[in-house]
Order: sequence, then structure tokens, then C-alpha cells
Amino acid sequence: MVKKNLTKEDILHIAKLGNLTLNEKEIEVFKKQLSSVIDYIDKLQEIDTKDVEPSSQITGLTDVLREDKVDDKRTLTPEQALANTQSKEAHFFKVKAILTE
Amino acid sequence: MDLLGLTIKDVLEKLKTGVFSCRELTEKCFVNIKKNDKKINAFLTLNEEQALKKANEYDELIKNDKEIFDKKPLLGIPIALKDLYTTKNLRTTAGSKIIGDYYPPFDATVTKKLINAGAIIIGKTNQDAWGHGSSGENTDYEPTRNPYDLSRVPGGSSSGSGAAVAYGAALVGTGTDTGSSIRLPAGFCNLIGLKPTYGRVSRYGIIAMASSFDTIGHMTKTVYDNAKVLEVTAGLDPYDSTTVPIKIDQYTKILGQNIKGLKIGLPKEYFVKGLDNKVNNSIKDSLKILEKLGATVKEVSLPHTYYAMAAYYILVPSEVSSNLSRYDGIRYGGAREIFGAEAKRRIMLGSYTLSSGYYDAYYLKAAKVRTLIKQDFEKAFKEVDVLVTPISPTLPFKIGEKTDDPLQMYLSDICLCPVNLAGIPGLSVPSGFVDGLPVGMQIIGPQFSEELLYKVAYLFEQETQYYKIRPQFKNG
Repeated sequence: MVKKNLTKEDILHIAKLGNLTLNEKEIEVFKKQLSSVIDYIDKLQEIDTKDVEPSSQITGLTDVLREDKVDDKRTLTPEQALANTQSKEAHFFKVKAILTE
Repeated sequence: MDLLGLTIKDVLEKLKTGVFSCRELTEKCFVNIKKNDKKINAFLTLNEEQALKKANEYDELIKNDKEIFDKKPLLGIPIALKDLYTTKNLRTTAGSKIIGDYYPPFDATVTKKLINAGAIIIGKTNQDAWGHGSSGENTDYEPTRNPYDLSRVPGGSSSGSGAAVAYGAALVGTGTDTGSSIRLPAGFCNLIGLKPTYGRVSRYGIIAMASSFDTIGHMTKTVYDNAKVLEVTAGLDPYDSTTVPIKIDQYTKILGQNIKGLKIGLPKEYFVKGLDNKVNNSIKDSLKILEKLGATVKEVSLPHTYYAMAAYYILVPSEVSSNLSRYDGIRYGGAREIFGAEAKRRIMLGSYTLSSGYYDAYYLKAAKVRTLIKQDFEKAFKEVDVLVTPISPTLPFKIGEKTDDPLQMYLSDICLCPVNLAGIPGLSVPSGFVDGLPVGMQIIGPQFSEELLYKVAYLFEQETQYYKIRPQFKNG
């Protein structure tokens, strides 16, 4: 199998997908470390899984639903929800602007 | 009174008969922590004021209510909670700095159950941030040290909970086990550590790492203590739709029953190159003891073991990258730049394996291999009742030894991760000491076989009593 060597561009692309910004030093370190991990996980390509069903969970439970009714025990009042924040306005969490004009 | 040597069983007897009070016991924990925790770094947050208040309250209850110990099975028991456990109005950081000032407005289901059972929360314990790690060194704070040898790691990611119980700061340390995180610290700190069946214990309010893998368990000195805590934490929770409606066994009731005729399987793929000879010998000696107790041992095969770690390190980072996306610097905590190196690595790895063009080759392929691993175990359990493996192929390693090589760190968990892929329970049991360092043995059973694992471990513990060997803070 071809040895995996991630490029700087690969790292920047993956970082962008994960909403991370990296400095130059991190890019260099992660390039080496992630290449070695991806090289390792590539060994899965050796196994034949043609007729195998994927498992995304192991309990076998399906369609676990509850009644569509508000349960007061599992709700917080606005006061409780905001009790520990340092940044609030009226009944809202106050955050920095994320949109610019 | 030497707190280091006490078990839950001892403490409940002594509280009942008035040998000491909850208040005295709780105070002792904090004296011990103040004396030793600077060396160990087991705790991130202490809950001293509230704990002492609770202790006073419970001392009153003991005086006034004869049946209080039946109503509250863990009355007065000092407990240390891993910092992934949400605790109402008590700082919960997940070992990270991103949410380093988070005071939750609610309790996790398990937190609530433990409080209702009378346990006293001593504090929140250090850990690899978000549960990512095998050594405790991926904490965003100071790494925890192994009380048996301060130059070595206590195992992770529930590093602080393991160390805290080992040095007697609490009688129970809770943890989460996504790949190894309860069993490895238990193995490295000479404790009983349970990774329960996936779905046995509620995940509600436990900060998520990889949601189809995370299990909620705990570490104690003895098997009885461990079983006693599971009786409290196990069960269906309407707040976690992956908990399973299967009856909870009275785990402490069967302890002491014999194991004559028990069939133990040794998966040959776990006893291969890379396994330290001394660890191997320790496990083999323990098997002789189990044979003396009436068990038979035979070799079995789990043929896809070689691929387990690769599948694990695709599926888990994929789920991690999704779970950590909520820390966007807007709704929760600080900016994403503050993530530690390991969290960044896992977010990137998961983003890569889920990304367009790679999903089939990585995520889907690994999900299929997960099926094969699960089937390996199912086939083995048609031949034998339980499997025995080492907890770790090596002794507790030195602090700093693996931090520059993430792949080597990942492979520390090679005996443990397959169990999480299959969702079955595993129990870490002390197997003695080599060169003054603890060795752990893993007992694995089919889904919901916790009762059987405890039964086997209890008889073994009665024979060996390794839990009585206390840490000496070597190399301090």
C-alpha cells in the first residue's frame, strides 16, 4: 500500500472542515502525526467486507420514542438556564456578533 | 483511623455502629487531599463546603432513622466524579480549558442517582480533556501521577478518579469508558474498574465523547464495593433512549457463589509479540488461581482483533468531531483555538474520515469491521463463558514516554478497545505486582453479564487480596 503523506493543503482543508485554525507549527506537527495514523487505519482496506452489514450501534433498540408532551421535570426556567452565565441580557444569553454587514 | 485501607463495606458497618461519623470521614478525605494532592493532581475542583454540609445532614439522619441505610445504600460514602459528569452548580470542565468556567444548571442522571443514594461528592477529578487519552497527560491542566510511582502515568482518561481512589481521597471514583478509560486507570492503579455493557448505565448529562461507544462506570478497591455502586447507577433512563429495559441484577447478592465448571477463554490474538513477558506471567499466574477455584481454561480465537484499533480510530474520531462541533465559541465556552492538541487531532481525523469522497472507504468500512469484531465475540461466547486478557500489554509507563507519538499512545489500549466496539462489559481486576507496579487483568463477558464478571472477580479477590497493597508514592 502507498504510504500516506498528507500535504499542507490537506491539513488546511481538514482543519477548515473541523472549523479549526492552526498555526504554522501545528500544521507541521499534525502533518506528520496524522499521516502516520491514517497510514495505520488504511490497513482496513485489506479485509473483505462485501456481505457485511455496518453497525452504527449495538443495542438493537429501534424507534425509542416518548409521548409528545412537555414534561416540566425536564425543562429549566429562563432564570435557571441563565443562572450561571456571566453574559446575559433580559432572558437571553448574550454572545458576540457572528454576522457582519 | 486509616482511610486508605477502608472499603465501602467497612465504612457502612462503622457508620452504622457509630465507630465514626460521616463528618469525621469526610474531613479525613480533605485532610488527605490537602496533604497529598499537590503530588498527584487527581482533583480539578473540590466540593468541601457542600460535602461537609451533607455529612452533617447525614449524621442527623443516622441518629434519627433506623432504616436510613436501607433507603440510602451509599450513605456517607465519599465519591470523586470524573469531570465529564455534569454536576449542578459545581464546576464541570471535561478536563478542558474551553469550558473551564462552566457551572451546569443540572445534574447528570448518574450524578443524581449517586446523590440520592447518599454518596457525598468530594470533588471533580482530572482527566484527559474530553476523555481523549490513555495516560491523563492530555488534560488541559497538570497531569495526574500514579500514586504507586509518581514518575509514571496512572492510566487514562479517568486518571484523577483512579489515582484518587488509590491514594484514599475517596472510596469511589467514577469514570467513562469509550475505549479504555476506566479499565486502564484501574489496571495501572490496582483497582476494580467496570466498563459496563453499553446501555446499562445512563449517559444523560455525561459530556459526550463518542456517543455509540461511551459507557458510564466506576472504580473501587474491591469487587463488593464496585457491585454495590452499579446497583445504584444501572437502569433504564427516559432521558437516554439508548438505555435498555433489561432487569438490573442484585449484583452484591451472588458474590461468594462458586465458579466450578466456569469456562474461560484466552483469545490467542491478545497474547502475542509486544506483550511484556512479566505482564504475561502475571496473567498466567492469575489463571492458575482461577483454575484452582474450579474454572477451566482454553485458547479461543477472535480473528479480526488485528483490525480493531484501525476501526476504532476511524469510528471514534468521527463521532468525536461531531460531538465537539457544539463548542463553537458562541454558545459554549471559549474559542476553538483553545482546544488541546489531542482534541484538534481527533477533530481533524474525524473530519477527514467523514469527508466527501472518504466516507465509504473509512467510516462505512470501519462500521462493517465493527460488525465482524462483534461477531468474533459472539462466536467465542458460544464456546466459553468469559474471556481473560491483560489490561495493558505493558506496565504503567513513564510520564512523557508516549506524548510525542499519538499512534503509540493509541496502541496502549489494544486489549481494551475491541470490547467497546462490541458494546460488551469488561472488568479490570488486580493481577498482582511486577517491579512494584500494578498489573491488571481484564475479564470480558457477553452483553449484560456484569453479575457473572463480579462473581468470578470476587472469588479471585478473596484468594489474592491485592487491594490491600497500598501505594507508597515512590519516586516523589
